[in-house]
Amino acid sequence: MRGPLSILPLRCRSVGLNVRGRDLLKDVTADLMPGVPSMIMGPNGAGKSLFLRICHGLLQPTSGSVEWSGPAGRAQAMVLQRPVLLRRSARANVIHALALAGAPRSERGARADAALERFGLGAIAARPARLLSGGEQQRLAIARAWALNPQVLFLDEPTSALDPSGTRAVEEMITVIAREGVKIVMATHDLGQARRLAGEVLFFHGGRLREQTPAPAFFEKPQTPEAAAFLNGDLLW
Amino acid sequence: MPEAFTAALQLVTSGDPELTRIVVLSLRVTLSALLIASLIGLPLGAFIAITRFPGRPAIVVLLNTFMGFPPVVAGLLIYLLLSRSGPLGALGLLFTPGAMIVAQTVLILPIVASLTRQVVEDLWVDYEEQLRSLGSSRLRAIPTLLWDGRYSLLTALLAGFGRASAEVGAVMIVGGNIAGYTRTMTTAIALETSKGDLALALALGAILLALTLALNAGAFGTARLAQRVGG
Repeated sequence: MRGPLSILPLRCRSVGLNVRGRDLLKDVTADLMPGVPSMIMGPNGAGKSLFLRICHGLLQPTSGSVEWSGPAGRAQAMVLQRPVLLRRSARANVIHALALAGAPRSERGARADAALERFGLGAIAARPARLLSGGEQQRLAIARAWALNPQVLFLDEPTSALDPSGTRAVEEMITVIAREGVKIVMATHDLGQARRLAGEVLFFHGGRLREQTPAPAFFEKPQTPEAAAFLNGDLLW
Repeated sequence: MPEAFTAALQLVTSGDPELTRIVVLSLRVTLSALLIASLIGLPLGAFIAITRFPGRPAIVVLLNTFMGFPPVVAGLLIYLLLSRSGPLGALGLLFTPGAMIVAQTVLILPIVASLTRQVVEDLWVDYEEQLRSLGSSRLRAIPTLLWDGRYSLLTALLAGFGRASAEVGAVMIVGGNIAGYTRTMTTAIALETSKGDLALALALGAILLALTLALNAGAFGTARLAQRVGG
């Protein structure tokens, strides 16, 4: 665990999001504990992305509460489904994020270099971020989030637009980050990926959290018929 | 007519001092106005683009309307402001290049601000979540968005430059078209044409067109190159 005080567990209590009369999320109660990666799973429209964004603080729930166990402001970061990289060099993108996070000016350069080197991106540090390949852009976005020293890292379908080699590189990054003690909370609808990375699974369907189960048990014997159908590859509506 | 063209060519190639003075003054006035309008208009447009406050829609409509503000009317209003008995008469600006800079700034500020608002508003749709996720306040996002929109914003600045350099009514009224002091390319063209000196008018017209073309081509080329090299 990095940082003096753990901001986990994150306690979500009866979290709901109602937009124009529609319940996009309803009655979601879950604790996210320190430790193994949590995979947010479910079909499209299940509310995975909304749940992540509410936890991260980008969205306010219309009912219920989301509470961190410590001051979480700078201690949690998120890699959006389609991360926006600024029209500047890869390194300058990381420096910009560090500046927004309040890192002292004198430290930013060294921390950005360290983050890029850590994930084998040193060679592209000076390249314009917008001209990188899709896989490189995604890895840069993750390195940028990692550079902020988060205790919790949210990732929203980080490999959905990547080819197999890009996917593998991103999964390796996530494994390394998780091993450092950073709590990973990640949405994915890729079953293989979930099997490879998950410590536990939060299965969403129709805006509700249907089950929160340790990974081996979930893949062995899911508790709800919806999850069983999802694992079978049946379409869920 | 052909004689006029020949004489015009001669004027341009000979580096006539009177002609040079007019061209330099025009550029000085227009570029100063563009600089001031940019310093105000870029951040102002970006601010209006990403903030929500009561009266914002009215300001957006007003800015768009002022993009087409009739220059002679703007000139008249600034004349009234700067005239001896006007509220800003003590500045002694009327009939000086300073007054012309004020007039052109007033004319192009709405163009720069309005086009900037458009560009930044579109950018904000893509950037908002990312910048908020990284902990950026809206005010802090303004320089980030302006820098990332730099290639599109160049068009806003060129539009401002075009409007300022082509304008004649306002600078005529507040500058007075004084020979050797406040005579610009456009006011000189108007004057020389009415006097029948078509050669000078044509020469000035050609130079004005060439300068505008050169500036646009240069800006476009630079932006293309920078975009290719720097993303």
